[in-house]
Amino acid sequence: MNISFFASRWSPYIAGAFVGVLAVLSVLVTTVILDKPKYIGASTTFVRAVGFVEQVVSSEHVAENAYFMSKKIKVDWQMLFVVGIFAGSLISSRMGKTAKIEMVPPIWRERFGPSIVVRGVGAFIGGIILMFGARMAGGCPSGHGMSGNMQLAVSGLLALGFFLLGAIITARIVYGSGGRSWNK
Amino acid sequence: MEQIIGLITGIIFGFLLQKGEVLRFERQVGFMLLKDMTIIKFMLTAVIVGMIGIYTCHSLGLIALSVKATQVAAIVIGGLLFGIGWAIAGYCPGTSVGALAEGRIHAIWAILGMLVGAAAYAEIYPYLENSVLSWGSYGKITLPQLLGVPAWPIIVAFAAFGVGFFVWAEKKGL
Repeated sequence: MNISFFASRWSPYIAGAFVGVLAVLSVLVTTVILDKPKYIGASTTFVRAVGFVEQVVSSEHVAENAYFMSKKIKVDWQMLFVVGIFAGSLISSRMGKTAKIEMVPPIWRERFGPSIVVRGVGAFIGGIILMFGARMAGGCPSGHGMSGNMQLAVSGLLALGFFLLGAIITARIVYGSGGRSWNK
Repeated sequence: MEQIIGLITGIIFGFLLQKGEVLRFERQVGFMLLKDMTIIKFMLTAVIVGMIGIYTCHSLGLIALSVKATQVAAIVIGGLLFGIGWAIAGYCPGTSVGALAEGRIHAIWAILGMLVGAAAYAEIYPYLENSVLSWGSYGKITLPQLLGVPAWPIIVAFAAFGVGFFVWAEKKGL
């Protein structure tokens, strides 16, 4: 069981178990220091980030929008948490020497060819649909899938079930059986 | 202070996501095609460890829960939409930024799409508030409340399911 920082990979069970411990410690530490529990989540940050962008164009529009009002456009715990994910992945991939420049992933290339533009348009449209869905559902695999289920929330289990159902059906339609490129 | 704690927590989380290889498009879509269970092994282990820890701390009165409301229609429709977009993008919100950091440049298009999706939702939200979001609304309920049983039997059942799943996945080499 290699858990060196320089290892190229850790077992998903080991890395996952550490995430479970991290999630609990996060709630404990924030309860003590901030007096409010912070459960892991990511998708609300995209609402706040685009709120900041829209404020540059029209701060009135953002101020009048009920959804932006309810989420409050601010640089909070979760926004820095998401920035941290970027930094943590950067550190880990450099230490483990697993960083790899990739413009089009293999499974995609097998189905749609090597075009960077086609992949870009696909990823962009996918991003729009998934975030719209995540906000309607009230969370993503972090907030609902992990934090929700850790708390035995009915919403978390329901959301995770439909995330996986939608993804499995769509992947079958979009990628077919996925060919041979799925591994690596 | 709040931001510093968030940043440190995020760095550790991103480090673990990267080491577990769950940031990769191939792992995420590989699971959706039912050929690679890496992301489920990772997530299920995290959830089982997390629920034991959360409920231990909760029963000791150390922490409060923060449960999201169960709005059945919004979760079913939003959940399916999320799944559709997730399969096409190959990333979810948390993994997209980590994937970009490990060199998967194409994650940037997914991230930009997510920002547009968030903006679109904010515009449409006023029309959803009294329709979809209010259909099948049960408030902030947990499985123990719904089933009328204590938390621990449910946690044991979850853990047993998880171990069974792990044994199956390893036997199948997934």
